[in-house]
Amino acid sequence: MIFLDNLINGLSLGSIYAIIALGYTMVYGIAKMLNFAHGDVIMVGAYIAFCGLQYWGLPPVMAILVAMAVCTVLGVTIEGLAYRPLRQAASLAVLITAIGMSYLLQNLALMIWGANPKSFPRTFINSSILRVGELSISSATIITILANIVIMVALTLFTSKTKMGKAMRCVSEDRGAAELMGINVNRTISLTFAIGSALAAIAGVLLCSSYPILQPTTGSMPGIKAFTAAVFGGIGSIPGAMLGGVLLGVIEIFGKAYISTELGDAIVFAVLIVVLLVKPAGLLGKPVREKV
Amino acid sequence: MKKLFAVLMAAVMLMSCTAVLAEGEAVTLKIAHIGPTTGAAALYGLATLHGAEVAVEEVNAAGGKYKIELINEDDEHNVEKVINAYNAALDAGAQMILGTTTSKPCEAAGAQGYVDRVFFLTPSASSTAVTEDKDNVYQICFSDPNQGAASAQYIAEHKLGTKIAVIYNNADVYSTGIRDTFVEKGKELGLEIVSETTFTDETTDFTVQVADAQNKGAEIVFLPMYYTPASMILQTAAAKEYKPIFFGVDGMDGILSVEGFDTSLAEGVMLLTPFVATSADEKVANFVSKYKAAYNEVPIQFAADAYDGIYILVEAAEKAGITAEMEAEEVCDLMIAAMQEITVDGITGSMTWDATGAVTKTPMAATIVNGEYVFE
Amino acid sequence: MMKMSKSKRKRLIYNCVTFALVIVAFIVLQSMIANKTITRSLKGQLVPICCWVVMAVSLNLVIGISGELSLGHAGFMSVGAYTGAVVSGWLLRAFDMQDPTLRLVVAVAAGGILAGIAGTLIGIPVLRLRGDYLAIVTLAFGEIIRNLVNVLYIGTANGKLYFSFLNKELPADVTMLVDGAKGAVKIKPISTFTAGFVLIILTLIVVLNLVNSRAGRAIKACRDNRIAAESMGVNVTKYKMMAFVTAAVLAGMAGALYGLNSSTVVPTQFTFNQSINVLVFVVLGGLGNVLGSIISATLLTVLPEILRAFADYRMLVYAVVLILVMIATNNPIIRAWLTRLGNIFRHKFQRGTEKGGAAR
Repeated sequence: MIFLDNLINGLSLGSIYAIIALGYTMVYGIAKMLNFAHGDVIMVGAYIAFCGLQYWGLPPVMAILVAMAVCTVLGVTIEGLAYRPLRQAASLAVLITAIGMSYLLQNLALMIWGANPKSFPRTFINSSILRVGELSISSATIITILANIVIMVALTLFTSKTKMGKAMRCVSEDRGAAELMGINVNRTISLTFAIGSALAAIAGVLLCSSYPILQPTTGSMPGIKAFTAAVFGGIGSIPGAMLGGVLLGVIEIFGKAYISTELGDAIVFAVLIVVLLVKPAGLLGKPVREKV
Repeated sequence: MKKLFAVLMAAVMLMSCTAVLAEGEAVTLKIAHIGPTTGAAALYGLATLHGAEVAVEEVNAAGGKYKIELINEDDEHNVEKVINAYNAALDAGAQMILGTTTSKPCEAAGAQGYVDRVFFLTPSASSTAVTEDKDNVYQICFSDPNQGAASAQYIAEHKLGTKIAVIYNNADVYSTGIRDTFVEKGKELGLEIVSETTFTDETTDFTVQVADAQNKGAEIVFLPMYYTPASMILQTAAAKEYKPIFFGVDGMDGILSVEGFDTSLAEGVMLLTPFVATSADEKVANFVSKYKAAYNEVPIQFAADAYDGIYILVEAAEKAGITAEMEAEEVCDLMIAAMQEITVDGITGSMTWDATGAVTKTPMAATIVNGEYVFE
Repeated sequence: MMKMSKSKRKRLIYNCVTFALVIVAFIVLQSMIANKTITRSLKGQLVPICCWVVMAVSLNLVIGISGELSLGHAGFMSVGAYTGAVVSGWLLRAFDMQDPTLRLVVAVAAGGILAGIAGTLIGIPVLRLRGDYLAIVTLAFGEIIRNLVNVLYIGTANGKLYFSFLNKELPADVTMLVDGAKGAVKIKPISTFTAGFVLIILTLIVVLNLVNSRAGRAIKACRDNRIAAESMGVNVTKYKMMAFVTAAVLAGMAGALYGLNSSTVVPTQFTFNQSINVLVFVVLGGLGNVLGSIISATLLTVLPEILRAFADYRMLVYAVVLILVMIATNNPIIRAWLTRLGNIFRHKFQRGTEKGGAAR
């Protein structure tokens, strides 16, 4: 029973990591950059949803939609202003810019919303408890896991069936060739940021529905964990991000529950290292063949 | 040194000008507030800064012997940066320091101040290491061991239960400090600790910790931590339908004013605290209303401590006869002597100090009923 | 033949300029301290600046010269800081070694050695990986080190050292040196600016010599084309390991100096964010450019202090400055414009491209 309880908690935490990891992995796949500011876009999304619910009295679904819209605009703006001028630059330069962007978003949030933590209001997402035998499962857990599955299926369909999605795959495969084939690379990258950021807003709402404290630094640790998850599953791969996220969540909860809460994070990272040593390109990553 | 001298000269000249222009002969005290006003711990640093600002405004408006010039330096809750903040404050001509807000930086800056002879009054750094081996640092809040022991005592005396779970932040000095003495004292008093789990500043998921307490049948869950993680634990417990007595410490105050927090989750939570914002006390109500008007927030305990801090510094300065021309080195020993003689009735209680720098005041036990604190 | 000697001369000038700059800066600052014209604030930052310079130069060895993105450099620094604090505290309490200079030297050496051991243990698995996977594993190791240090207890009594892990089970009469989350406590600060200067010079000697030696050329060959290097018979793992461990040793020494500059050290000082900070120094200074690392580490350590005038906005301003500088120095259009603007700086920018372009 305790085992099942832990498993469900792990799946729930892992699903949140997975949704965040999707944002990392999509941007990485297409723009070949680690967008460190992604965790902070999540935080902004959560704050906007919070404002919608608490100050503007919007119904939950509307609040989420507004948050998604704001994050989409934010993501595209960040990309256009900070990352696009560096398209030809070394990827480390872009990485540092992304880090600067992360500091900027955190400090802006501190300025706008203050340092005092906010508690994310209760919505339909986390207001009820489901009882199965001795287990009590929060509705947030179920909705998070379901949302995770829906998003993954939708993204997979999008990238394999639609024209835009195919363009994204082309750009990720070979940017130069895609350009030659008449694909607008800049627009495709913008679109990727738009989708990634909209997902970040959803992730923010789900994160704060399960763990309801909202601060300017809320996004950073889940962001790093999700980035780890994306690499764990094979960065650039959508099912990989999903698998990596869920596994990371489950390992974290099991490590804490059965080994030691003090060493919880150390266990997660140790497992990660072992996996990467055995499979150097992550669980579902494509091994890169070297051209000689 | 030259710069310090120049700053002091400027201050003296400015003083003499104002003395000619203004009618009163108020002495200007330069007090530096040091605390994290950016970064992850910004909420504590901003609270102490704002609390101090409210008090400074009152003191300056009252037109007593002293006028206060408040200097603020950000330490980012970082042991390296705090030394920079401290040096910048002294460069700006600070005579004494109200700070630092958090324990580890205070330990580092206090040690430097001990060498340089600079007086520190910390509103909220509560670990014993803050005052240990130095005579220049005084505290306004309880020390951690003090709180841990008092909590164990209270639980045993009131027979709230015998099976206890402790959840604490093992990366935080405040949390581990209280936990250590609580466990020690608890064993002495026959309390049984059935579950002990930890978390860190980055933890977002508390299901394991709460489940462990629940599965081991704890009747009381002791939460030596600040209200931010505490509110997450309460929410997690509610989702698991686990309803023990939650027992908190002074860091728990503030939980009721977290925006958006469902206060019904905190129903029945008990805590030992010297200050609650909803108190009917006249002085407290005055402070809370001014604070709300200025910053649009309900003050937390940190703000109240810093508010008291300004009044304590003024009272001690008066006793010690501090003047505007004195440098920090000279001020230090005079303030140390004065601190041991004064008694201050602040909004966090009536306080006296001994040579160790630790404060003597009485905590009150409160229970949250219908979203309000009720004292026994 | 002519070309060889020209590049050799260029290198010699570059090295001389680097050393000269550090030495002149030291002399100027020392004379400022002597005639007391230095502000307290700057004086307090001197030792940390030295530590960050060493951190940046050593990380540059891994990232710029060996071409591997490491995100766990702060982990080695924490190993050094803790070792330094424990060794110094132990020598003082158990052997009554009062001479601070001797204690500092022993502590810094010990910090370097232990960090070197950690570097070797971590390097063996890590260097089998490539690119971002290597980055994430170094990140993971950095976090693991921090997690372990957080539950480490070390005390000293009667000349012996007592260790305990996870649970604090030490004899009652010990003096705590490392106290779990409370970090290394009761350190007697003994670091001096002169020691920091010596450490920087030592680092420069080690790094510049390594870079310009046979081994250094092998390391750069592995960075530029691993397969070509391998087929030429270069033992890639050995040379990458050499760079990684050297960097770890230097970071450990910097850590020991850093730890002994303060009365206390906490695990939260050596998080992932701190590694990222050092990475920013390296990238901003130019990959492979040692002089650049020194300058950017110094400027970026001092910058937030200068920005104190902006009060609450300073971290915001810092972020904006960081983004703008990165765009300005990396956007081809702005760069071309800048180059045209000042032909005097042309030389420097070219060096930036030539060294920076090679690593990822």
